[in-house]
Amino acid sequence: MTDQAYNFAYLDEQTKRMIRRAILKGIAVPGYQVPFASREMPMPYGWGTGGVQVTSACLVPEDRLKVIDQGADDTTNAVSIRKFFQRTAGVAVTEATAEATVIQTRHRIPETPLHEGQILVYQVPIPEPLRFLEPRETETRKMHELEEYGLMHVKLYEDIARHGTIATSYAYPVKVEGRYVMDPSPIPKFDNPKLGQNPAIQLFGAGREQRIYALPPFTEVVSLDFDDHPFEPSKAPHDCDLCGARDSYLDEVITDDRGGRMFVCSDTDFCAGRQADGHRGRLSAVEAVQ
Amino acid sequence: MYVAVKGGERAIDNAHAWLAEERRGDCSVPELSVAQIREQMKLAVNRVMAEGSLYDPDLAALAIKQARGDLIEAVFLMRAYRTTLPRLAGSVAIETGSMAVVRRISATYKDLPGGQILGPTFDYTHRLLDFALAAEGDVPAAPTAPATPGPVPHVTGFLNREGLIEDTQRCDTTPPDLTREPMELPTVRPLRLQALTRGDEGFVLGLAYSTQRGYGRTHAFVGELRIGWVGVEVEIPELGFAVEIAEIELTECETVNQFKGSKTEPPQFTRGYGLVFGQSERKAISMSLVDRALRWRELGEDNSGAPAQDEEFVLMHCDNIQATGFLEHIKLPHYVDFQSELELVRRLRSEAIVLTEAAE
Amino acid sequence: MITAALSGGFIDAPVQSARAFRAILEAMARPGTIHPVDGAAAPEPLSVAASVALLTLADGTTPVHLAGGANSALVRDWIAFHIGAPLVAAEAADFAVGTWQDLQPVTRFRIGQPDYPDRSATLIVEVDRLVNHGPALTGPGIALATWLSLPETEAFHANRALFPLGFDCLFTCANRLAGLPRSTKVEKL
Repeated sequence: MTDQAYNFAYLDEQTKRMIRRAILKGIAVPGYQVPFASREMPMPYGWGTGGVQVTSACLVPEDRLKVIDQGADDTTNAVSIRKFFQRTAGVAVTEATAEATVIQTRHRIPETPLHEGQILVYQVPIPEPLRFLEPRETETRKMHELEEYGLMHVKLYEDIARHGTIATSYAYPVKVEGRYVMDPSPIPKFDNPKLGQNPAIQLFGAGREQRIYALPPFTEVVSLDFDDHPFEPSKAPHDCDLCGARDSYLDEVITDDRGGRMFVCSDTDFCAGRQADGHRGRLSAVEAVQ
Repeated sequence: MYVAVKGGERAIDNAHAWLAEERRGDCSVPELSVAQIREQMKLAVNRVMAEGSLYDPDLAALAIKQARGDLIEAVFLMRAYRTTLPRLAGSVAIETGSMAVVRRISATYKDLPGGQILGPTFDYTHRLLDFALAAEGDVPAAPTAPATPGPVPHVTGFLNREGLIEDTQRCDTTPPDLTREPMELPTVRPLRLQALTRGDEGFVLGLAYSTQRGYGRTHAFVGELRIGWVGVEVEIPELGFAVEIAEIELTECETVNQFKGSKTEPPQFTRGYGLVFGQSERKAISMSLVDRALRWRELGEDNSGAPAQDEEFVLMHCDNIQATGFLEHIKLPHYVDFQSELELVRRLRSEAIVLTEAAE
Repeated sequence: MITAALSGGFIDAPVQSARAFRAILEAMARPGTIHPVDGAAAPEPLSVAASVALLTLADGTTPVHLAGGANSALVRDWIAFHIGAPLVAAEAADFAVGTWQDLQPVTRFRIGQPDYPDRSATLIVEVDRLVNHGPALTGPGIALATWLSLPETEAFHANRALFPLGFDCLFTCANRLAGLPRSTKVEKL
């Protein structure tokens, strides 16, 4: 049931038009951060207000919405955002990546490959990839204008000099279509290879920072690296203890105070799907015995 | 057997129920009414209206009740409600010169046309806890006197007549709207003033204080501080004239700042300006000091690198709803990022240990 | 005349504009794909698709330029009533509507600024024919290559050379539309 006290998908029509225009300009200039007049939402800044506004501007009544946080559908903030759209837009919801038409995410790209017709909406805390190298918006804007990304390369190279490797493990910067350096939001760098040549539309919303940016389908996205230190996606060197997946991103769970731990897929839909298909992990046998 | 944490939805519902119970507190104590908050917690109501950018004492009181007295949370409730309101009209610029003042003081003149009116102020109260209030008795009525009719001219107007203070040009162009357009830097004074008037009182106070201690000193005198009621008028196109639709309470502070002149400007007094909803004089004075500090560029002053002179720093950090949201979001799950950091630190450590052992 | 200006808007704006936006988003994100839209009809000569695009994207904050035949009293009244957009010269427009010929020279339109490439015009180009046949398109949004019946190639070639600056186009034909953002490379077949 839609809450009749509010407009479809909460935002008023003028606000949605403004956001829609920003999304289209973002699509036209992949990786460029379009300023938009972010509204104050009934949830705090930093909790997905940018993603929520983008989703609100995109939703149609026929959509099936999936919301994940840390890869999981049942984390509290994902539950809260999903409920918000059920209430204000009356859309169907799903946990199945393959069945969703719009997916709002925080910090992960689903393991199941996306397909044409899907939209992946990212919640973005700090959209500016250069922000921690240069705090001033006035300066970073100039750097993007002049394609002056030397500072970023210096930072990555300093990592190599100090640690022998690039010490950035999430929010790993990428270059889009050979032009804009972009922050992929705080996804683990394991997910970076899914950004490029993806058949889905990827939209990024930063509410507090008032920016929207986008990757159209099949866009060239390259993680920054050096010839002698190529980009390497990484994950915990384990298999999922529940479904046995060898190629999915894992959460580490502490199971006791004697150093016991297990590794499970962060993508709960992916893991449940594999288990339903009969795949088993190291600790699944225990379940069978119990 | 490991079972992943589930039941987020039920946990949320239960947390909300518990919160509602906590908000009510001990049921043997009578419940606060919104009217009681509006009338007896007026300065809190004023702050919530000012930082919530919405003049509505009843809603502000309701927000305070709902927020259990957390004023930033109450401001948040007001802001989120405000965004959903349609814009029916824009008012004519208010005229603080015709304010019905309840308080008006000048630190620059001993006496002046319109007089000094102390009004309802804490200024000269001795800060001794009044245990009589705990007894909840009636207060004796304050003495009254007939209001002096006539306008109360601005102090800066006297200085202006002598050419001693910078002139300000009357400007009728519609200023940019902070809530409808993304912030573009560098920006203009009207937008800075908008940001400051809804900015966090504590943040603006801290910045203003820093200018007094030398971080971008502005040599401010309170030329005038006035609190009172002002009519809000809206032009009705069908009628062809403006109609008063409301009266609102405002605090206005104009500072007079000593200025020895710069490369571009002659020696004269300069202005800092503060205007805030309700009786919010600490905020209005703070705002006028920060406004003046931010004007270094247009007055041809040097940028000493002080925080209060840094427009981008001030404007990007003065909003407590933005600040508290982002600050508090770090309590949301971050285990994906933390996991990637764990692996990185483990790898860097094992490589470092191998290197150390090899060296030994 | 008054009836023409008052009718032809969305009946259920929140839902109809949402569906229309999704079509426009898909069109812009996948250059060359053609999408049906409905729900709006401005007076002649505007097509249903151009009417839908204007209603969905333009409002009182976005200056609109009506080029050539699109600049009729009926269309102006319709825009005044349904959209409230200020009507302006080509150089100041966020959105421009007209046939390719009427929009010439397209170099008049805003292409954004080097620090704000988003401050550029979107041209709603009315065409008689919209099929996947014609110049080859490659670039973001296109897996390998596609084809679209564009009115010419040279102007789009020149526009692409300005990237990240440039204008963006929506081609409208009856109740269908396709997108051509500035990022698309256009080659003569």
